[in-house]
Amino acid sequence: MDKTALADRLGQPAPFGRSPFAIARGNIFEARLKADGCAALLDPLRSRLGLPAGDDSPLRVPDLLPRSGPAARAARTAQALAEAVAEPAAWTLLDHPMLRLTVAGSPAYLEPDAVVVRGGRCTVVEIKSFPVLDGAADPAKVGAAARQAAVYVLALQEAAGQRADSGPYDTQELPGSPELSVLLVCPEDFSNRPTAELIDIRRELATTRRQLARMTRIDELLDALPPGTSFDLVPDVAGQPTRPVAELTAAVESVPAAYSPECLSSCELGFHCRSQARCEGAVEQLGRGVRGELGSIRSVGEALAAAHGDAPEGDEAAARLGYAAALRAEALGAQAMAGAVAG
Amino acid sequence: MSLLSTLARLEAVRSGHAEPLATVRHRHLSDRPLVLVPLAAAAEDGAPLAVLLGTDRSAPRLHIVPQPLNRGQRYAFLAAFAADLLPYLESCAAEVERIEGSEKDPQTGEKIVTFRELSADAPQVIVPNHGAVQHLGLLGRATRFRRTAEDPDPGRYPAPAQVPLLGRWLTHLTDRAKVPGSSLLLPMTGLLARHWATGQSQLEDQHLGAQLAWHRATSELPGAEAARLVESGRDERGQLLHPPAGPTTDPRFDEKLLGPAIGRYDAALAALRHAQDEDGPESPRAQSAQASAERAVEQLRTLLHAVMLPTWHDVWHGLDLLRTLPPGAHLPERWESDRWSFTGHRERVAAGEPPQPRRDDAVTAARKLAQREREQVRTDVQEALDDPLAMAERRLAGEAFSGEVTELVPDWDTSGRTPKPRPLLTVRTTDHPHADLGREVHRAWGPSVQKAVITAVDPGQGLITVRVASGMGRKKEPEPGSLPAVGERVTFTLFELTARQSAPLPEPDDTPWTHGGPPSAAQDSPTAAEEWE
Repeated sequence: MDKTALADRLGQPAPFGRSPFAIARGNIFEARLKADGCAALLDPLRSRLGLPAGDDSPLRVPDLLPRSGPAARAARTAQALAEAVAEPAAWTLLDHPMLRLTVAGSPAYLEPDAVVVRGGRCTVVEIKSFPVLDGAADPAKVGAAARQAAVYVLALQEAAGQRADSGPYDTQELPGSPELSVLLVCPEDFSNRPTAELIDIRRELATTRRQLARMTRIDELLDALPPGTSFDLVPDVAGQPTRPVAELTAAVESVPAAYSPECLSSCELGFHCRSQARCEGAVEQLGRGVRGELGSIRSVGEALAAAHGDAPEGDEAAARLGYAAALRAEALGAQAMAGAVAG
Repeated sequence: MSLLSTLARLEAVRSGHAEPLATVRHRHLSDRPLVLVPLAAAAEDGAPLAVLLGTDRSAPRLHIVPQPLNRGQRYAFLAAFAADLLPYLESCAAEVERIEGSEKDPQTGEKIVTFRELSADAPQVIVPNHGAVQHLGLLGRATRFRRTAEDPDPGRYPAPAQVPLLGRWLTHLTDRAKVPGSSLLLPMTGLLARHWATGQSQLEDQHLGAQLAWHRATSELPGAEAARLVESGRDERGQLLHPPAGPTTDPRFDEKLLGPAIGRYDAALAALRHAQDEDGPESPRAQSAQASAERAVEQLRTLLHAVMLPTWHDVWHGLDLLRTLPPGAHLPERWESDRWSFTGHRERVAAGEPPQPRRDDAVTAARKLAQREREQVRTDVQEALDDPLAMAERRLAGEAFSGEVTELVPDWDTSGRTPKPRPLLTVRTTDHPHADLGREVHRAWGPSVQKAVITAVDPGQGLITVRVASGMGRKKEPEPGSLPAVGERVTFTLFELTARQSAPLPEPDDTPWTHGGPPSAAQDSPTAAEEWE
């Protein structure tokens, strides 16, 4: 389903989008790396993967049918991967391969920036356009890149036939199984020169695995919804949605959401959930931490009632809130009095 | 976030308007602040796009980079920015105070009187949000190591003369902004959030327009709705009615307006070059191409000016709001630290010291950390003393208690040759401090510095008895007025009211190699080729 279009139709459009400049910058940097037979990429690769300096065997870049459908591309990638693994002495770079991963019982297709194969093992290469400044990059961006790469590694493990029940920190020396570190390639300082760093993603891998294992199968999720729920906008010939907003709102509301302000920066429906949370007077609208502070109190109305003395006896959070309200009133009252004297 | 500020946010949700979080202003505001609104190009991290700045709210000055990917234009922009900002910084040093100090003569060990000059004023730069502070930091990092044509080895791409100096000042300002309680460079979102609570989360408060919407809210348009309009209201062309405060621009603006305008400029420039090559630089065709290139720049300027102006007015509006609060009593003291910081950096630049290193060595890092910790403690204490609401936070946390004096029993310490007054003071309070027996407490807002020790606690009755140990004069009887009378309200804190001086760190040259050793400057010499292809 198209969450952006859905949010538009609900009257709470998503605030995101990527600037065309940022996209162009990412593409230019990647194209520069992959120019001249990936010469710029190979240097950091050799040094980071600890290969001898004299090793300059040519790099092979098989054609992965980039214009075909995902299933055909995935099949072609699997074939190219098998060929590359069969020749341990050669370097192979899979440019935008297509990987398959089973998510909640259904196949999902993933496209890493590149995968390098040598010596029967492969390494995921992630190209990002945020800079590494004086040897340090924005930790939030590096974390996001590591989580993304972990999913690719998982897909490669699945492709190599690694057992799903093996521990996350086990490396099985299967042919074609991925390394548990990925190579992150970024511009250095303010230039377009690439710099690369190996990132250990074992922790992200374990997290992703656990999350995938806990994910309910899609058909079970569908069973929980009322029959006939649909997010289809039923576009007409011109692509304009025709489905009534009320029907859509009801459909969205049948799926419970746990809103917190962090949602606004990642989910297209964040604004919709926020207006709902505000209507309900949920305390989460003020931040996740607030809920912990207020204990059993869940709504703004209840919290304000507790602050002004209408609290049920024995509720610790309510008593603290009442005490805080008294202190606040005292401090503000003192100021008002001082103002009156001065005035 | 503390429970008190949560409570203020809850009240703001109900009232639909921002609610006070402070009764006084906790940051110094200069009489002549410089407001600076920077924009970054989405194309590259740290690439400038435009800056709107000035000390006069009716006359902002705009500098832009017409093609953000062109590094030559970027340095022309930085030179213009420097020519605008540096005179302001310099003007703050016009008057100096002579501060008398004493120093030990290294040879004789005798004390000698020394004089240091302290700038009477210091610059104050106000930016819209924290992102702008970071952007200025990146600009500082990108420019302070540049070589100029005046250097002995200028390299292939010498930068205009003032650019490295601009970089050093931007680095100093962003560095100083990390010191708690400092006021040389302040983000408006942070300033407003310190003094008022809105009915939204801290995350949403990062949007300056949305935060101010809670201040402008009326009964017809409550804060939540006003903030939502600012965040997402768009006109018929799909552009935000209230552009974001930056430094990044709205992607839809980049796509629909800025991208095409830059494209037109590139085309005009290409046509100009073509005409100059074919017909010569003085030909009529070249001149008309020149005129159209200038028009394209003018269009870009108009476009960027329009998108930055609302933020410019927002920052000034925020300043108006802050000026309605009376200044805290300790602000001059903290501003003096800022003035020292400004004076010190000016002297370092004048003495020809090298720019700030890429990474601090261990000794400098330890010093900076110690300074920030000290300033954090000092700011927290001073804010509590200046503002009953800040003190209420400490009382809620169990670090202070206020109440009425119910009993004052005279007593003396007779262990010495002359008896000293050690009266017992009982306070009835509703607060629940972490009052352990024998703990030292300090009297806030008393006539003099006064320490006491807790001797008895009765939580059921809310009674706390302390033995006052100092601040009563040297005689047998306490000085009149030095002790509170029965029925008077007093406040005692469990924390000290003056920041404790930590043991000084050794001089850099005396630091053993195990702790970083003497600093090496070799790796931080200015580079010519860096950052260029």
